Amino acid sequence: MYHTKTLAELSRLLQKRETSSVELTRAFLDRISTHDKTLNSFITVTADQALAQAKHADAMIQRGEAGALTGLPMAHKDIFCTLDVKTSCGSKMLDNFISPYNATVVEKLAAAGMVMLGKTNMDEFAMGSSNETSFYGAVKNPWKISAVPGGSSGGSAAAVAARLAPIATGTDTGGSIRQPAALCNLTGLKPTYGRVSRYGMIAFASSLDQAGPMAQNAEDCAMMLNAISGFDERDSTSLDKPVPDYGADLNRDIKGLKIGLPKEFFGDGMAPGVREVINKAIEQYRSMGAEIIEISLPNSHLSVPVYYVVAPAECSSNLSRFDGVRFGYRCKDPQDLQDLYKRSRGEGFGAEVKRRIMIGTYALSAGYYDAYYVKAQQLRRMISDDFENAFKQVDVIMGPTAPDTAFNIGEKTSDPVAMYLSDIYTIAVNLAGLPGMSIPAGFSNNMPVGLQLIGNYFDEARLLNVAHQYQLATDWHKQIPEKFI
Amino acid sequence: MEWETVIGLEIHAQLSTRSKIFSGAATAYGAEPNTQACAVDLGLPGVLPVLNKEVVRMAAMFGLATGSTVAKRSVFDRKNYFYPDLPKGYQISQLALPIVQRGKITIELEDGSRKTIGITRAHLEEDAGKSLHEDFHGMTGIDLNRAGTPLLEIVSEPDMRSAKEAVAYMKKIHELVRYLGICDGNMQEGSFRCDANVSIRPKGREKFGTRTELKNINSFRYVERAINIEVERQIDVLESGKEVVQETRLYDADRDETRSMRSKEEANDYRYFPDPDLLPVEITEAFINQVKETLPELPDAKRSRFISQFALSEYDAGILTGSRDLANYFETVAKTADAKLAANWIIGDVSARLNKEDKDISASPVNAGMLAGMINRISDNTLSGKLAKEVFDAMWNGEGDADAIIEKRGLKQITDSSAIESLIDEIIAANPAQVAEYRSGKDKLFGFFVGLAMKASKGKANPAQLNDILKKKLSA
Repeated sequence: MYHTKTLAELSRLLQKRETSSVELTRAFLDRISTHDKTLNSFITVTADQALAQAKHADAMIQRGEAGALTGLPMAHKDIFCTLDVKTSCGSKMLDNFISPYNATVVEKLAAAGMVMLGKTNMDEFAMGSSNETSFYGAVKNPWKISAVPGGSSGGSAAAVAARLAPIATGTDTGGSIRQPAALCNLTGLKPTYGRVSRYGMIAFASSLDQAGPMAQNAEDCAMMLNAISGFDERDSTSLDKPVPDYGADLNRDIKGLKIGLPKEFFGDGMAPGVREVINKAIEQYRSMGAEIIEISLPNSHLSVPVYYVVAPAECSSNLSRFDGVRFGYRCKDPQDLQDLYKRSRGEGFGAEVKRRIMIGTYALSAGYYDAYYVKAQQLRRMISDDFENAFKQVDVIMGPTAPDTAFNIGEKTSDPVAMYLSDIYTIAVNLAGLPGMSIPAGFSNNMPVGLQLIGNYFDEARLLNVAHQYQLATDWHKQIPEKFI
Repeated sequence: MEWETVIGLEIHAQLSTRSKIFSGAATAYGAEPNTQACAVDLGLPGVLPVLNKEVVRMAAMFGLATGSTVAKRSVFDRKNYFYPDLPKGYQISQLALPIVQRGKITIELEDGSRKTIGITRAHLEEDAGKSLHEDFHGMTGIDLNRAGTPLLEIVSEPDMRSAKEAVAYMKKIHELVRYLGICDGNMQEGSFRCDANVSIRPKGREKFGTRTELKNINSFRYVERAINIEVERQIDVLESGKEVVQETRLYDADRDETRSMRSKEEANDYRYFPDPDLLPVEITEAFINQVKETLPELPDAKRSRFISQFALSEYDAGILTGSRDLANYFETVAKTADAKLAANWIIGDVSARLNKEDKDISASPVNAGMLAGMINRISDNTLSGKLAKEVFDAMWNGEGDADAIIEKRGLKQITDSSAIESLIDEIIAANPAQVAEYRSGKDKLFGFFVGLAMKASKGKANPAQLNDILKKKLSA
């Protein structure tokens, strides 16, 4: 029963030679073939390659060259370029794209000896909050098959929640790690912007995108974060700052920790069931010796509108390279160049992607640029300043990750604004570039609720410590959906 | 009506870095299509640009050499448009905050007067690839070797008033970038090319007329030709009561005409915005000082120095400072030999031979040391001018240095006056009739005696000495 174990536990089993990487890999591949027909969490399963990597890892373990991650299976969100493996980004546009290179995150985890089981489903080009915009179909929430797993890293979330993989990578532009983690009862971490290299991660909004782990608990997140963090000379926006051991502070006592609760996060938008769970979680922290302080982030109501100018503006430019000329989808029998562009892009992109390209193109157009893009950048600065002021008073900010638990598939697809509001609590963190986490905090109507933890720049170690202490005192994170036990 | 022409130039100078501006791929010209394009140049999903620091240094050199402000902070922007040879669907360039701002350069006009041309800005950007329309049977081939090649786009103020001024300015920038070693200036390969903004206005009026932009002119001759033709066209348009349309026009050298490419209405909205993949370029005072120290002596300064140090004419100094290699060659010769003679020989025989054989000074078979050696044999009267030409030809043909050739061919000039005297005595003795005629007043016969004496010396007698002695002996 390997799948009920955490990454850290599996690591200990391997180190004690109580199992092998090949055995673990087979076990998880079996689970994928049994359960993924229901969940649709994988776009590509790389069984042969995984077994080859596992054999290689076992050899390393035999030779005593293994690190903490050697031989452990994992899954990559299909946004990361993987050498010789289809990298679709959830889009018809890249359905035929076999990447000729590895993303830095992929390279680092492979170098650490991890075994890639496959590539997980996602909203098309990471644009969505429910995993319903994927060309490969919706992903189901393991807690309730009719519900969405959240997005855009919905495939990774569902796969780990159903224990088809012990851990997975995700990316977070406006909440795409934290919101699905919340909706699927996982621990997900979006690092500080610049902590993890974006090289080889297909860009949605370059100034917001960041990769991070989606795991069963904080300890597992720390293990993966240790391996993927650090400066990359191929990404000018990655920061040249030493990487601490993120596992080192996990057991530090949090007595005296100052937790800020932004009053703007506890307003009318939050569902009553979620409020109840979040309040209990805060009480838990209080009982562990933390000091609870009410704070204000006065500009946080601007986050969603600012985000829906900045992110589409960047995406409209980032997605220009998908033009049917060099790779990806090309329409049949183009009549001329304009026809090639129009039909390749018209047929290759889905509705949500097109909507955002159009919004972004509009926002950058002559005559609108100052009113939209420049204004949004000014407001973005103000949103960051709010956080900077808050962190003068408190160590960590807490609140709900999402306003409600997982909604049903199809429920919000016809109302983009309602969908955009799923990320109302997570977006400001990306705009400010701060690290954020979502941890399991309980259930409302049998559906998981996530508590969001927001830290100061490069304070991932503290976030992990705060999360781990909670996880020592509670067992919400250990809950597995019944059908997948 | 009398019209005044107003011209501004946008020069694209390809920076001579070994690798591209945002990737590690090589920039060398002429490789097989698409063999010098890496994942970044191809705009593959997920790739990111990383700035080649060398381009910043080169742009700073240009800025310092033109008295411009080298911006402490400059920003790369994305210029968005679709074209098959533009892999990312945007070009990384600089719009609002270019690296070089507000400079100037002085040009010399044909009448010897000088004029200062303002440089509005110079910014860094990446070049696009090439679309190949031939050989693909109704399809277009794309070669991305050039994609990502670093360019410095140098934008002038609309300060030029004639095609000749525009050419003088372009030549001046061409000379400067080559001096600085930041661009090879090869116009055939497209390393140095220009767009010209041209308008006309009634003489005396301050307001500019509507301008047209002439695209991609890649030789000095074409610049002059294209501007003149465009000016004539604009005059025709205005004098027939019509209006000049703001548009981009292409100069067709084969047909010798300009024609419309696209109008302002058809122009792209490039939707510029700061590239979120690149950090702003921050330049420190220390870096600028460091670059300053590496600046070579610039053409104008070198010219003035040559004039004062070597007593050269302005004209000679101008030619000799035309390129850094030529100036270095001259200075090496002048270090050990007479400067004036050096200048004459380099501008004369050396240049003529190089032109004839289409060689660069760096490839001259007669190197600076050899030329200096020969000039010293002229200065010490070992060689006459005539013999020197023979020696020069022999050196060019690889027969060794001047001394070896003089020795081998026995070309040493006779300067021993007693030898010349005895030679002349023999001639006087052998030609009594002519001597008598000369002495009775037939001065023209002097040349006859010079000829005989030279012949007798096999051309080696020092001409001045020979003249003196002959005159003395004949009038005795």
